[in-house]
Amino acid sequence: MASLRHEVRIAAAADVVWDIIKDPTEIPEWFPGVESCTVDGSTRVLKTKNGMEIPEKILAVDPILRRFAYRITAPLYTFHLGTIDVIALGENDTLCVYSTTAEPDALALIIAGATAEALAEIKHHAEGSK
Amino acid sequence: MGRKILFITTDQQRYDTIGVNGGILSRTPVLDTLAREGIRYERCQPTSVVCMPSRASMLTGQYPSMHGAWMNGVPLAVTAPSVAENLHDAGYATALIGKAHFEPFMDPFGRYAENAMANLGVATIEQDWYDGRRGVHRGFDYMELATHGPSGQLHYSKWLRDHHPEAVQYFYPVLDKEFNVNAAGGGETGAPQLGYNKVPRGWYHTDWVAERTIEWLNRQGVDQDWFCWMSFPDPHHPWDPPKSEVGRVAWRDVPLPANYPEKADQREALIDVKARHWRAWYDGTLVSNFEAPAKWVPATLTADQVREVNALNAVEVELIDEAIGRVLKAVDAKGWGDDVDVIFTTDHGEFQGDFGFLFKGPYHVDALMRLPLIWRPARSSATAPSVVSAPVSLVSLAATFLEVAGQTQPHWVEGAALPVSDLDAEERSFSSTITEWDSSIFGVDVHVRSVLTREYLYTEYGRGTLHEGTEGELYDLGDDPLQRVNRFGEAHYAQAQAQLHEQLVEHERRPGERAVPGLLMSPV
Repeated sequence: MASLRHEVRIAAAADVVWDIIKDPTEIPEWFPGVESCTVDGSTRVLKTKNGMEIPEKILAVDPILRRFAYRITAPLYTFHLGTIDVIALGENDTLCVYSTTAEPDALALIIAGATAEALAEIKHHAEGSK
Repeated sequence: MGRKILFITTDQQRYDTIGVNGGILSRTPVLDTLAREGIRYERCQPTSVVCMPSRASMLTGQYPSMHGAWMNGVPLAVTAPSVAENLHDAGYATALIGKAHFEPFMDPFGRYAENAMANLGVATIEQDWYDGRRGVHRGFDYMELATHGPSGQLHYSKWLRDHHPEAVQYFYPVLDKEFNVNAAGGGETGAPQLGYNKVPRGWYHTDWVAERTIEWLNRQGVDQDWFCWMSFPDPHHPWDPPKSEVGRVAWRDVPLPANYPEKADQREALIDVKARHWRAWYDGTLVSNFEAPAKWVPATLTADQVREVNALNAVEVELIDEAIGRVLKAVDAKGWGDDVDVIFTTDHGEFQGDFGFLFKGPYHVDALMRLPLIWRPARSSATAPSVVSAPVSLVSLAATFLEVAGQTQPHWVEGAALPVSDLDAEERSFSSTITEWDSSIFGVDVHVRSVLTREYLYTEYGRGTLHEGTEGELYDLGDDPLQRVNRFGEAHYAQAQAQLHEQLVEHERRPGERAVPGLLMSPV
């Protein structure tokens, strides 16, 4: 089991950052390589640039804690938990933390690598919409 | 019309696998001839002993600490400098056929151009360049890519799946079900990453790379200048050459390497004088890097496994030599024979049994660091054949290509063009080379710097998971060419050690615009 974390400091209000993340259908806007997705209840299926489909189960979308939690349910993974936490540090100062815990370890690393770029996109969007 | 450049690389090939370098297992008449007609380097070192940082150094002419692709799995920034961009600007047609690996292979989101091009059916894509312009990807107007087998999204994989789908299952699976480097044994000895591949020779990636190269060369106009990087994925593991060729080398007759004492206690005594992570890996208590199978314990390696691995490695080297021969014949057939510079090398070495190990990692000894390098300058340049014994580095390749092409050296190139003789090396102060290692994966970080001179190989381990920042290795190459006796900290060598340390300090302080170190995106 590997557990990895990336974070970014964003010069925007926490609500602005959370607005980007909270809608599960909007992930193609900020997760690199995700071309499209379908959402049916708590099930989300991502379609990547190279045509792969990645099924996910959304576990929590908590507007109070500003926390998004989900699992990749593709059989390649024996376990996956992804969480995105949006933490207000100030009026226009937010910490966004994207954590990945998964098995096999190698796949955890691949997903975590992509989440680092996702955070950069979230920052770009949030700071652009101030 | 200028000098054309055929740049040939292999992957993970030791210096002593080639006949002209003293190799006895493989017949390599083509490389031997190139060496005799040109310049053979006896001490060529990589900037890193793993693929991605080393290959990025070939392209950028920079050390990993400058170009930012500091470990496998860290992509080279698309906007990093590229010698291919300069050659493209100079009017050269530019191709890379075979293994690139500037970007991670494991790419489920399809974020990297190398992995996208085959599915898109394109030979290149437009990207940002180092100088802010837009242009073909990393300066190559043609890329047709391959890796060590049929997995992944590269052109060779797609070609094999589309044309010979039944052959996909013949290859040894590089990764296991947990996506680690596979430790499963194969062949007759159960050695890891070894298999007898039923694929017909013509479908194997070595021949595929040569055939695709010949086809690209044949499309070029006779007067067109070109830079062609032909990059063979072999003899990197898995050692699974076509079964039809395996009989070339009888593994039972293969002698054991000089650095593989058959008795375990003798091997262990050699390891125990080195920094502590050597023994930790040997015993299987810690695998510090992804490049070695996580579930393989080096202490279990048998003499017969070493023999069989080295036999199949030798077969792969022979197939490469023959493939190069076919490409050179095609070059001659186009009438370019006198105007082509041929440069042959590899990205790093392979243990092949030395000290009881296979594969690679943060272990800076000749097995991984002494590389074959041959430069056969264009005959029209009338460069005299020679043997260069001075230390040289792959960081010099980019500057060498530019010099061959008559281009000025850009400010970002760290290495000077290769010397053409020992006299030239002396006049231009080729006296030492630096090799770097940095890795941080799954909670283990390792940081290593080495300097090689004519007299010494000196390594310092920076503070990390396994090292306090005080350990090192110092080998006196004069009386210990096999690097068995660690002189680090010995009073007799204190002055030499201090001077070598200072060279490492100077390397860290060298001027230059360092790229922001890239993020680890994938294990490889």
